[in-house]
Amino acid sequence: MAYSEKVIDHYTNPKNVGTLDKSSKNVGTGLVGAPECGDVMRLQIEVDEATGVIKDAKFKTFGCGSAIASSSLATEWLKGKSVDDALKIDNMEIVEELNLPPVKIHCSVLAEDAIKAAINDYRQKQGLEALVFEERIH
Amino acid sequence: MLKLPIYLDNNATTPMDPRVLEAMIPYFTEHFGNAASRNHPFGWEAEEAVDYAREQVAKLVGADPKEIIFTSGATEGDNLAIKGVFEMYASKGNHIITANTEHKAVLDTCKHIEKLGGEVTYLQVKDNGLVDLAELEAAIKPTTILISIMYANNEIGVVQPVKEISNIAKKNGVLFFTDATQAVGKIPVDVQKDGIDIMAFTGHKMYGPKGVGALYVRRKNPRVKVTAQMDGGGHERGMRSGTLNVPGIVGFGKACELCRLDMEEDTKRIKALRDKLETALLQIEESYLNGDKEHRLPHVSNISFKYVEGEGLMMGFNKNIAVSSGSACTSASLEPSYVLKALGLGDDLAHSSLRFGLGRFTTEEQIDYTIKHVTDTVNKLRDMSPLWEMYKEGIDMNSIEWAHH
Ligand SMILES: Cc1ncc(COP(=O)(O)O)c(C=O)c1O
Repeated sequence: MAYSEKVIDHYTNPKNVGTLDKSSKNVGTGLVGAPECGDVMRLQIEVDEATGVIKDAKFKTFGCGSAIASSSLATEWLKGKSVDDALKIDNMEIVEELNLPPVKIHCSVLAEDAIKAAINDYRQKQGLEALVFEERIH
Repeated sequence: MLKLPIYLDNNATTPMDPRVLEAMIPYFTEHFGNAASRNHPFGWEAEEAVDYAREQVAKLVGADPKEIIFTSGATEGDNLAIKGVFEMYASKGNHIITANTEHKAVLDTCKHIEKLGGEVTYLQVKDNGLVDLAELEAAIKPTTILISIMYANNEIGVVQPVKEISNIAKKNGVLFFTDATQAVGKIPVDVQKDGIDIMAFTGHKMYGPKGVGALYVRRKNPRVKVTAQMDGGGHERGMRSGTLNVPGIVGFGKACELCRLDMEEDTKRIKALRDKLETALLQIEESYLNGDKEHRLPHVSNISFKYVEGEGLMMGFNKNIAVSSGSACTSASLEPSYVLKALGLGDDLAHSSLRFGLGRFTTEEQIDYTIKHVTDTVNKLRDMSPLWEMYKEGIDMNSIEWAHH
């Protein structure tokens, strides 16, 4: 299977690899996937508490090239978005942007889950209730 | 100058040796006869070429030429051996013993046998990938007709104790079949010394052409027969009908001869390169060799690089280096390698494995390049891996509640 150019580009030059201070009140961390399944994503957002805008986003991913590319792209999209807008990112947008083949759709689902998990972590730190998302089968 | 890409997937298939191609060419256009045409020179030429190849093949494995049945490859050989014995020896019993690390061509054939009313015992191999001989012996029952254990494993390269297995089979009056696809041509295989009754192997793993292989079927002590699985003209002593693939067979014969003549030198050189590669890669922190270190093919190394995923790892260099991985992402089933899992490796380590398969045309320059690029990619991906970060922070990963999907 050949990878799309965009996947290769994100894999070769991943954007926003790194770690934010997960104890900080304005940082939300989402850790999704499982080592036994072959992919684990950790996605973090740093939010400007006054404006609700995501100032910074970082990721680390254990997984195939498509998983790495999906999380790299997600961090790019998150930066500068409001938390509310970030919630609207749909995995199918990632699929389209990266040209993921059907067998790799689960990588985009994982990225969407990581975004939502990070936002929920942030909300809870802010004293807001966690949002409930539809169960997804992946 | 180093030419890229580098091929290190010789367990999947080997390039054909140019000397093999040279031997084959006249049999496509010039000597195109049907080896079964008994009444003209075209047929005689073809038959002669097939007979010669049969001798070349037989000689490599210590067999009599009459004991060699040409097939389309090892998949067919595995099917013919297992199904053929099951049918031929139905009056003696219906029980077959095999192991859970066999190739799919054996395992799926055994599944088929179960559907036909046969009984199959799948032995669990030990953590080093080898069959437990006591367990094997204990699994034999009065209805057992066949033990089917591969000579060498295609993923991890471990070599089974074939002689001990054949002794157990003989002692209990059971036939012994071995899928020797990965072993023949690479290490000395001798059907007499090894006590093998039936054996499958194939041309394209030993620098011969694809689509041609052989099934060795013992003719003496005991005389073994397998029921044909294809009906037709009764070629190959009635065990395998179909017009013989003369150019393929000629090439296969030549490949066998070259392996026999070059094996000692090839092995010495290839093993030194494999050991160099393996030693260097095992220097990487948290990297593990899979399968028994000692009882192993000289040209294979299967290594898990913990905390990086195999497909992601390969992507870092697979434009330039061809290897394969036990990662689920590379398989259609999305399951990691069942062979690695059978060794008791966790799924995470199975996902993190790479198989390096060296061959006759591997050079030291290629190995040096591979060491550097694999090491660099492992390091790069670990810098990106949340699991590596946790490991470095001393976090127990089993304490985390992972969301399984
Ligand atoms: C152990 C083993 N058995 C059988 C086969 C199938 O061989 P063939 O491709 O000749 O059908 C292979 C090769 O993939 C193998 O490695």
